[in-house]
Amino acid sequence: MNAASRPVEPGSARAPHGDQRHKAVLEAPDIRRALTRIAHEILERTKGGENVVLLGIQTRGVTLARRLAERLEEVEGRPVPRGSLDATMYRDDLRMKPARALGRTELPPGGIDDRIVVLVDDVLFSGRTVRAALDALNDLGRPRAVQLAVLIDRGHRELPIRADYVGKNLPTSKSETVKVQLAENDDRDVVLLGPKEVAP
Amino acid sequence: MKRHLISAADLTRDDALLILDTAEELAQISSRSIKKLPTLRGRTVVNLFFEDSTRTRISFEAAAKRLSADVINFSAKGSSVSKGESLKDTALTLEAMGADGVVIRHGASGAPHRLATWVHGSVVNAGDGTHEHPTQALLDAFTMRRRLGDLEGRKITIVGDVLHSRVARSNVLLLHTLGADVTLVAPPTLFPIAVDTWPCQISYDLDAVLPKSDVVMMLRVQAERMNAAYFPTAREYSRRYGLDLARFGRMQEHAIVMHPGPMVRGMEIAAEVADSPRSTIVEQVANGVTTRMAVLYLLLGGSEPAIGGDQ
Amino acid sequence: MSTYLIKNAQILGGDAQDILIRDGEIAAIGRELGEAAAQTVDAQGLIALPGLVDLHTHLREPGREDAETVESGTRAAARGGFTAVHAMANTHPVADTAGVVEQVWRLGAEAGYCDVQPVGAVTQGIEGRQLAELGAMADSAARVRVFSDDGHCVSDAVIMRRALEYVKAFDGVIAQHAQEPRLTEGAQLNEGVMSAKLGLRGWPAVAEEAIIARDCLLAAHVGSRLHVCHVSTAGSVEIIRWAKSKGWQVTAEVTPHHLLLDDTLAESYDPIYKVNPPLRTREDIAALRDALADGTIDCVATDHAPHSLETKETEWAEASMGMVGLETALSVVHEAMVETGLLDWAGVADRMSYRPAQIGRLAGHGRPLEAGAPANITLYDPDVRAAVDPANFASKSRNTPYAGLELPGRVIATFLRGRPTVLEGKLH
Repeated sequence: MNAASRPVEPGSARAPHGDQRHKAVLEAPDIRRALTRIAHEILERTKGGENVVLLGIQTRGVTLARRLAERLEEVEGRPVPRGSLDATMYRDDLRMKPARALGRTELPPGGIDDRIVVLVDDVLFSGRTVRAALDALNDLGRPRAVQLAVLIDRGHRELPIRADYVGKNLPTSKSETVKVQLAENDDRDVVLLGPKEVAP
Repeated sequence: MKRHLISAADLTRDDALLILDTAEELAQISSRSIKKLPTLRGRTVVNLFFEDSTRTRISFEAAAKRLSADVINFSAKGSSVSKGESLKDTALTLEAMGADGVVIRHGASGAPHRLATWVHGSVVNAGDGTHEHPTQALLDAFTMRRRLGDLEGRKITIVGDVLHSRVARSNVLLLHTLGADVTLVAPPTLFPIAVDTWPCQISYDLDAVLPKSDVVMMLRVQAERMNAAYFPTAREYSRRYGLDLARFGRMQEHAIVMHPGPMVRGMEIAAEVADSPRSTIVEQVANGVTTRMAVLYLLLGGSEPAIGGDQ
Repeated sequence: MSTYLIKNAQILGGDAQDILIRDGEIAAIGRELGEAAAQTVDAQGLIALPGLVDLHTHLREPGREDAETVESGTRAAARGGFTAVHAMANTHPVADTAGVVEQVWRLGAEAGYCDVQPVGAVTQGIEGRQLAELGAMADSAARVRVFSDDGHCVSDAVIMRRALEYVKAFDGVIAQHAQEPRLTEGAQLNEGVMSAKLGLRGWPAVAEEAIIARDCLLAAHVGSRLHVCHVSTAGSVEIIRWAKSKGWQVTAEVTPHHLLLDDTLAESYDPIYKVNPPLRTREDIAALRDALADGTIDCVATDHAPHSLETKETEWAEASMGMVGLETALSVVHEAMVETGLLDWAGVADRMSYRPAQIGRLAGHGRPLEAGAPANITLYDPDVRAAVDPANFASKSRNTPYAGLELPGRVIATFLRGRPTVLEGKLH
């Protein structure tokens, strides 16, 4: 069923600023199921998750990587190394906005050399963030392979990049925005689709 | 638009914290095998040094290079500047070369202000006369924060030639902005008139202040100052205001000792104190590169600077 | 020589009257004067002042003709409403001989825009060591009465004492640049909050006040005349007030800029605000204004100090000290003293014409506007207000701190012994 066409219950689609223009396309249970499915796919594709390192891309990718790591551990019964990656300094759009604060880059103690690195992000859109993350990874070590897991793939790629694991393919127009909110960062789990916010 | 970092007073509390937080993230770079980021690729940073200061120049150069900027070192010695070319002509030359950032060290207070009126790029003050040295204050604050955590309410004592110290001026302003409690200690001759209008305490008595301090920062004192009667002899200065082992012993257990360098061992600081684990003097050098990377990134990395003051 | 009839001028700001000028003198003052042969100058709404006299002008010639010449400086003076200026001695060569002062005096007479009264150096080469030939300068065609090492302080107490004594022989006066040299080595800015903040070496008020106190005592001791140049601090005012209360022959001047501008302007590090003595605080400005109003400070003197552009487009510490002031002096005094109610126009005439002429012993200047007096007259429009545009200056230099600042008033005409040097606001 297409989440975007599902009738929205009043009150369930509270927008960040209280207006009704954003609608929830994924609720908490949907996000939970999507992550569980991704976790199983990772285990399948990496033959039990041996050698896997999960690297969340700042900010919400880090939260998603933590949740995925918990699921992998539940299934396999051993901890999966995970870390965070901030690719700000590698972005190609730095000069289009004022310089911004940096997030943390933290590799697990074993590093990433010869590991299968699964990059985790919330939304895959133009692909530029992933491109920056790949460049950053290049300076941090030499993984055996790099894979990409995203909660939402909303299309409109501008680079030859695709995800290995997708929670939900969400057809959007470029005039829309997709916002992933996670309890750890935003108090609740929801994915919102709404019109692009116009600067006041 | 905010473009420059000329005075520590240009920085709001949010600006200062942004720089320190950014520096904290960048600190990891120096422990990696590839100590380089592509962030400032294609940008040009000119190091314009009218005064010899190898350590500061190298620190800025390393910072700019680790961010992949093109670095042009322009030392006034032996150049057309020493043949009477004015600061303005030098500025116009830099302008023609398309400098995105100019790091200036100059013997005259206010030279960076003047430069900023003649160039379009961001001006970073790397020390001007007896005025300010804001990146030194930032690296000092960064060093303190790494050792002690949040600086709010911390008691920081700065000892020495306050009158001629650009480090003291910038530190007082920045540390005050960050909520620390600064006390300046010096003989009365080495305080500027009207120092009582600064946002800090002043004292003539090091021994009274020492036991309450979380940080003791020793400033360099030039022995030649005694020729201008600022103090009678180097020995008397050292006896009253030097950080010797006995005084070091009266400091709190957690308290740290800092020095912006270059130090005069035996004059303002005993060698054993300078080399103790509670001395941050070597860390300060490493932290200098990191902090300056943060400043260059925030001034030059985006479409417009994220910190600093207008000119 | 032409005859002029100035119609409806407010003499010293009073009721409108006509002034008839004939043969270089004021022929008559009264209502509804008629003179068929005269050229008429409509002075409706204008204030008539006696031609202004400046005790302290740097004309830079000989030596720095790139910054100012006697001709360009006197053109600037005329535009500012001045009919006489005292040309300071710190030229190259220094005006320390009869030859140099006569040369300057002659250049002024040839230019014809304004009387140039040379000031002689007190010491040879203004080096403070040996007295210059003061008598020779006094006896020369230039008739020097004011002597000054301006730019340098006569800091040696013995030399100062001797100079004060010596000039009594010809009713001279020593105009002292009060600056204790040791206390001001490398000094850049008034010592206080701003110098501490900006890291510029402090220029303490006491360096001025200590010399003034000493010189007042010396002048009293030898019974001679002392004139204090460009007083800039509240403490100096107190000392001069005290000396005057003793009946000693002490006079003093203040510059327009010290009546208006304070040291916070240095915050930009723009050396356009660098001057000797330095700009001081608001408290000093208040004391100087009060002192000028109550007569403790006798007069306004411009300390017009032209400098070429390149000596100001530098770091603060490298830059030359000084500001041009002839063309803005009256407007600044208007702003600082008249608009504030501290002086009326009669007071302005006293402080900018009568008293400086008296101190300089200038015959023919600083005379009240009345029949029989030399026709040295300034017509001033007090009702206009405009931003200062240095591009309009007659001076060769543009180092004014007032560029872009809105100031009141404008000199419409200046008459030097019956001849207009400025008419309708333009040099004539």
